[in-house]
Amino acid sequence: MSKSNTKLASRNKWMQRFISAPYVVWSIGFIVLPLLMIVFYGITTKDGRVTFDNLKMIFEPTNFSTLVLSVQLSLVSTLVCLLIAYPLALALRSLKLKSNGLVILMFMLPMWMNFLLRTIAWQNILEKNGVINMLLGAVGLPKLNIINTPAAIVLGMVYDFLPFMIIPIYNVLAKISDDVIQAAADLGANQFQILIRIIFPLSLPGVVSGLTMVFVPALTTFVISDILGGGKILLIGKVIEQKFKQGNDWNGGSGLSLVLMVFIFLCMAIVQKYDKDSEGSGVW
Amino acid sequence: MVKKILQKGYIGLVLVFLYAPILVLAVLSFNKSKSRAKWGGFTLKWYGEMLRNEKILSALYTTLLIAFLSALLATVLGTIAAVAMSRMKKLPKTIMMSITNIPMLNSEIVTGISLMILYYTISFSLGFTSVLLALTAAHMPYVILNVMPKLRQTSRSTYEAALDLGASPVRAFFLIVLPDIFPGVLSGFMLAFTLALDDFVITHFTKNARINTLSTVIYSESRRGIEPEIYALSTVMFTVVLILLVAINRGKAKVAKKNEER
Repeated sequence: MSKSNTKLASRNKWMQRFISAPYVVWSIGFIVLPLLMIVFYGITTKDGRVTFDNLKMIFEPTNFSTLVLSVQLSLVSTLVCLLIAYPLALALRSLKLKSNGLVILMFMLPMWMNFLLRTIAWQNILEKNGVINMLLGAVGLPKLNIINTPAAIVLGMVYDFLPFMIIPIYNVLAKISDDVIQAAADLGANQFQILIRIIFPLSLPGVVSGLTMVFVPALTTFVISDILGGGKILLIGKVIEQKFKQGNDWNGGSGLSLVLMVFIFLCMAIVQKYDKDSEGSGVW
Repeated sequence: MVKKILQKGYIGLVLVFLYAPILVLAVLSFNKSKSRAKWGGFTLKWYGEMLRNEKILSALYTTLLIAFLSALLATVLGTIAAVAMSRMKKLPKTIMMSITNIPMLNSEIVTGISLMILYYTISFSLGFTSVLLALTAAHMPYVILNVMPKLRQTSRSTYEAALDLGASPVRAFFLIVLPDIFPGVLSGFMLAFTLALDDFVITHFTKNARINTLSTVIYSESRRGIEPEIYALSTVMFTVVLILLVAINRGKAKVAKKNEER
């Protein structure tokens, strides 16, 4: 009996190794190693000497102001997304749908139209003779001049990344049991107290993943500013992209990427501190 | 009652915001004028032209093939990874989960660049395979995140019972574990496919000049004007998916209703 048990145990161990191996190898090859390459390029010169000049490049006035602008625009977009998505998720929750598949579908479906095209469509809506100005003109209001301004970029960011705020928050809200809310009401809490002291704390994991999933792509985008900023507004993602695609300055580009990456990880670490139970709070 | 109307109105408003650009693109696909900026009258010309446009058709083919293969690869590898990690001891599990989270926290631009540098360093030439592997790497964590919670819900003892009754581990996995986690596997696949289909940034950095996906064609044309055939093609793609999804949902609802009646 004990003999067959040890045999089973050793077989289990062997199985475990056998099925773990592919992913361990894969994640070293496609996650760890590429990151180490960026670190390597980031702290060396073209001829392979160690240097910190690439990292310091972020403090050059032009680069630094680009970073500041990127942070500002992405923070505003993230906040706007949260302000739109939270009430929406609450409203969706109160619909009491049997499966949340339909909701996720509704907000994922736009992704089947290429996101570059959808962003380009905003040009049509926003530009001087665009849809919005036509509508404004029809009711006799003055024209809006949004295209090629930071406001257009924020709008593009909000548009492109809003679903990534809605879905995680909705997923968490939909899981909150009605009993909990009923209990709070029975104990004398009013609607506002229930929202602030019961629902919101319980929804934090979803809010945190929403914040992450909007802030990171917004901070690093170079496509949205290309299309809606008219190429006049430079964001940090564009600076990095140009270093690789046009300038051929891989060391400088890696240095900037490294700084950006550390910055993002620090932001995430701060946010995650408020999110103790992060397991199962993912978007999907 | 008023609250209900307000809520529904608000949901409707956000949906209008999300779908308005799609409507604009659909309208543009019927525009006689080649320029995006002016309306030249109604035409169906571009829907015919798109079938003769070699460049767009090959980009569509590449996009669909890469999205499908990378999603498949990410799903198979990701499911195996999730099973493996669910059985790990605490420390190795924590380490592997942290590594898994990196591509999701990392911006696409850093993921794309880091893989480009890796390919360059090991002299792996850029092209179809490099894009395929890059997208697989970028989207596998989403599959793992979909499968993990389902694995936690399955009971280990049924799997062990199958082993005790003489099933091989592989057989036990396919007969016992996989049916339980299948919804997670499927949604992981759908997510990986959708993300890959819509990807531009990672493809941009890991492709060479000879290969194009729809995204990269659109990006290169975004300055001098998009060919109207692309609007037509996208409208067709979107409509097909819309119809498919509505049909699937209807079917599901019918099945659910039948089950209830029973």
